[in-house]
Amino acid sequence: MEFWVYFAAKPLFWLIVTLAVFMFALALNRRSGGTPFLHPVLVSMAVIISFLLVTGTRYETYFEGAQFIHFLLGPATVALAVPLFDHFERIKKMWFVLLVACISGAVTAIVSVLLVGLMFDLPTEVLLSLAPKSVTSPIAIGIVEKIGGYPSLAAGLVLITGAMGCLMSALVFKLLNVTDDAVKGFTLGLAAHGFGTAYAFETSAVAGAFAGLAMGMTGLLTAFLLPVVISLMGFN
Amino acid sequence: MLNGFLALLLCQLLGELVVLASGVPVPGPVVGMVLLLLALVVFKRTPKSVRLVSEGLLRHLAFLYVPAGVGLMVHLEMISHYWLAILVALLVSTFVTLLVTVLIFRLLGRLNGPTKGSSALSGSSGEAK
Repeated sequence: MEFWVYFAAKPLFWLIVTLAVFMFALALNRRSGGTPFLHPVLVSMAVIISFLLVTGTRYETYFEGAQFIHFLLGPATVALAVPLFDHFERIKKMWFVLLVACISGAVTAIVSVLLVGLMFDLPTEVLLSLAPKSVTSPIAIGIVEKIGGYPSLAAGLVLITGAMGCLMSALVFKLLNVTDDAVKGFTLGLAAHGFGTAYAFETSAVAGAFAGLAMGMTGLLTAFLLPVVISLMGFN
Repeated sequence: MLNGFLALLLCQLLGELVVLASGVPVPGPVVGMVLLLLALVVFKRTPKSVRLVSEGLLRHLAFLYVPAGVGLMVHLEMISHYWLAILVALLVSTFVTLLVTVLIFRLLGRLNGPTKGSSALSGSSGEAK
């Protein structure tokens, strides 16, 4: 027991736990055929949260180790510029259609979630944490830190949204008879960020590329649009 | 590889500085992303080291979400209070977002009229099959 007390206070221990659990979750997801229900991030969260609760460890203690992983979200966000640049020629050619689709989709995502939340009388901080739910986590966390919600709640809600988007996309595409892989990919990346992008790559390379593009554009646009929409809707 | 990592960190730092100086309500790394994109457009190519680090980071992007995701445990009590509202809000909003995005593409495709359907978008795939 004494060594537990010793190691549990070390950043190294929680780094190893995070990495080991994630690798287990990856293997589990691969074995289950990649279903969004068993997304490695969702599984890792559930396992680590359970472990912390059982051992009576505080989140702050865990985060002292995990912060080194968390820090990399910053440079990873900057790195999104590389795939955007890769598709720059294609973007230039159809910038107008993509921009209109992206703005309408991003605004719909924000306004619709806020309206439903308001109908249920959710507290303001929860609403603000819900607002960037269609944006990839590193950007959503940054946005929520700025507008005043709970960044860690936002991160979790973003992940759940991603899984939902993948599950519902098949229904929507069938309902509206969508056959164009570029449209499928862009829609997935816009509504379901990284999860949607990974899912789109399973359809085709074209779908994946457009999904990655949509994820980058939606993150960028939402970072600028969200504060405006929120003040228009009467929050802070 | 180290050059590339330094480049990403410097872009992020510059981004944070721009945000601090201007007070725009955008996360620093997002401004950093725009700065890097501008730099790539000016240089007209992605340096090997930048590509190596970026693709490495983005390939394991999902892993980087985990520490923040575990932070949900801090809000467990609140979530148990509002879980139904949150779930319905996410479900409805995600469905509507998917719907609206597809419909906008369809609308713009129609606006382009008879000049070869939904323009450049359908060129490479899908529709033709």
